[in-house]
Amino acid sequence: MRAKDILLVEDNSDDIELTVMALKEAKITNPVVVARNGVEALDYLFRTGTHAGRASADQPVVVLLDIKLPLLNGIDVLQRMREDERTRRTPVVMLTSSTEQADIVRTYDLGANSYVRKPVEFENFVVAARQLGLYWTVLNESPEPPA
Amino acid sequence: MSFLGSLTIGRKLTSISVLSSVTALLSASAAFLAYDVHTFRQSLTRRIATEAEIIGFNSASPILFKDAEAATAILNGLTAEPSVRAAAILDLGGTRFASYSREGAATPLAAPAGLPLTSQQFGPQGLLVSVPIQFEGRAVGRLLINAESRELRERQWRYAGIVAIVLACSFVLALAISRVVEKTISGPVLDLAATARRVSDGKDYTVRARPAGGDEIGALVSTFNAMLERIEGQNSDLEQARTELEKRVEARTRELAASNKELEAFSYSVSHDLRAPLRAIDGFSKALLDHCDASLDEKGRHYLQRVRAGTKRMGDLIDDMLGLAKISRKELTRQRVDLSAIAERVAAELAGRDSGHRLRVVVEAGLTATADSGLVEVLLENLMGNAWKFSSRKDDPTVQVGRVNGKGRVFYVRDNGAGFDMAYADKLFGAFQRLHSDAEFEGTGIGLATVQRIVNRHGGRVWAEGEPGKGAAFYFTLEGEA
Ligand SMILES: Nc1ncnc2c1ncn2[C@@H]1O[C@H](COP(=O)(O)OP(=O)(O)OP(=O)(O)O)[C@@H](O)[C@H]1O
Ligand SMILES: [Mg+2]
Repeated sequence: MRAKDILLVEDNSDDIELTVMALKEAKITNPVVVARNGVEALDYLFRTGTHAGRASADQPVVVLLDIKLPLLNGIDVLQRMREDERTRRTPVVMLTSSTEQADIVRTYDLGANSYVRKPVEFENFVVAARQLGLYWTVLNESPEPPA
Repeated sequence: MSFLGSLTIGRKLTSISVLSSVTALLSASAAFLAYDVHTFRQSLTRRIATEAEIIGFNSASPILFKDAEAATAILNGLTAEPSVRAAAILDLGGTRFASYSREGAATPLAAPAGLPLTSQQFGPQGLLVSVPIQFEGRAVGRLLINAESRELRERQWRYAGIVAIVLACSFVLALAISRVVEKTISGPVLDLAATARRVSDGKDYTVRARPAGGDEIGALVSTFNAMLERIEGQNSDLEQARTELEKRVEARTRELAASNKELEAFSYSVSHDLRAPLRAIDGFSKALLDHCDASLDEKGRHYLQRVRAGTKRMGDLIDDMLGLAKISRKELTRQRVDLSAIAERVAAELAGRDSGHRLRVVVEAGLTATADSGLVEVLLENLMGNAWKFSSRKDDPTVQVGRVNGKGRVFYVRDNGAGFDMAYADKLFGAFQRLHSDAEFEGTGIGLATVQRIVNRHGGRVWAEGEPGKGAAFYFTLEGEA
């Protein structure tokens, strides 16, 4: 059986590359699927638009969601996910450079599982990614999607 | 007078008019009566004296001839004079020779001792007239006539009656007149008083007193109305100014809120947008070091390390700036704050930071202020952190936290560390301003800027004193100087 996807919703290509690199360095082998904006992320999750033909019905093991995104922002995506039966229980980690109190409170209210500030230094980033990856792929058995 | 004082103006006017009319009437009647009594007495005396003259002349011969019968007959002629009560003819020795008395008047008439032969006087019995009886120029006896002033008394009663009636009439009249007068004088005054009461009770300056005629009261009423008009005008001016001010304050508040929002948006985008490229620089430098190690020489590796140190520093600067902005935006909630407890906590935290550093911290007990406890903690962290940092090279580093003069509102944090040159004292509180190099003491230069901002938020003041090599003291207040 193939390992479930990690969905990375991020528009900055530097951050995408660094995140993928950090996940690899943290020995997390799940395939990383990248969505570059909120609409694309929702398309992937709900198998619509460009992702209409996605084979697996599995939801990603974790969604790493940036807040500041083109089109729909991370908070909008999170809200849509929590409103839908299929993605209601999918783990979501807000991954952002902001420490705005309002953002943190807002995303927890909407049902984010975790909030991680992207550290500037790469080492710290790797540590954070490792912790994240371990937590969500190994330690945390996410609930099965409803049949 | 005091009882008059408590009366209403109307009552006062009535009393005054009644009192004055009664007084005038009474004094006029008294004068008139006195005059009347006087003239009446004069005419009575004249009449009786004439009568006595005639009778005295006629009774000379009866005395000489000792004819008492004739003398009595002569005296009986007095019946015609109703006012005569009694009369008597006496010889020179004072013995009664003949006498007359009107029925009813019992007491026989006698001459009081020492009464001159010729005399006319009023006594309690009425008028007593005495005339000598003469014969050939020689006195042979005397005639006494006592006339009653009953008529006079009757007259006096009549007068009193008339005066009483006139008095009653004039009283009623005075009352009626004063009623009318009251309407024209006290009416406007009462109206004025009622208006004044309405103004003072209801703070309603739009009311006006009813205009009264052209007299002093009328002038008073129109002055009062003019005064009300002015007050009303001033009030509306004031009201207008206030609403204008309110509008301005509202507008300013809106502007302020807007610029606050902008600032918030700015710091948000700073935290997002400035950090992302930094992360890329640092991340790819690291990737270069890790993955392309073979194609790098020592120099290349060194440069990459410098690049990474620079990005770390810039990341710190951004964080500090955001922290400073956060303090400006944070809502200020004032409450009783125990500065001593917070300082002790900070001291414990500092002691835990570096065990090799034997810092002595002396915190005065009972330091309290009404302030935001979170911000006060940040403030003390910075001031005490500085004191700790800049005294770390001393043998016996000591930090004191206390209050100037042991009371009052000026607090201080003092150390015996590196100190600073007072010439640069005003530079201390600027953001990223430092008086010591990074090599001497590490730091960004954001601590005192933060302290300044916290003190400003509280409406207080902060200033510093220092001497190179001796130490520094930072003073602050947390309440506006009222
Ligand atoms: N207790 C002190 N004794 C001597 N100099 C001081 C003291 N406190 C502050 N200064 C001087 O004022 C400068 C500004 O202080 P500030 O706290 O703002 O910055 P910092 O301590 O250097 O850095 P940061 O607090 O941001 O880590 C310091 O660099 C130092 O030169
Ligand atoms: Mg400092």
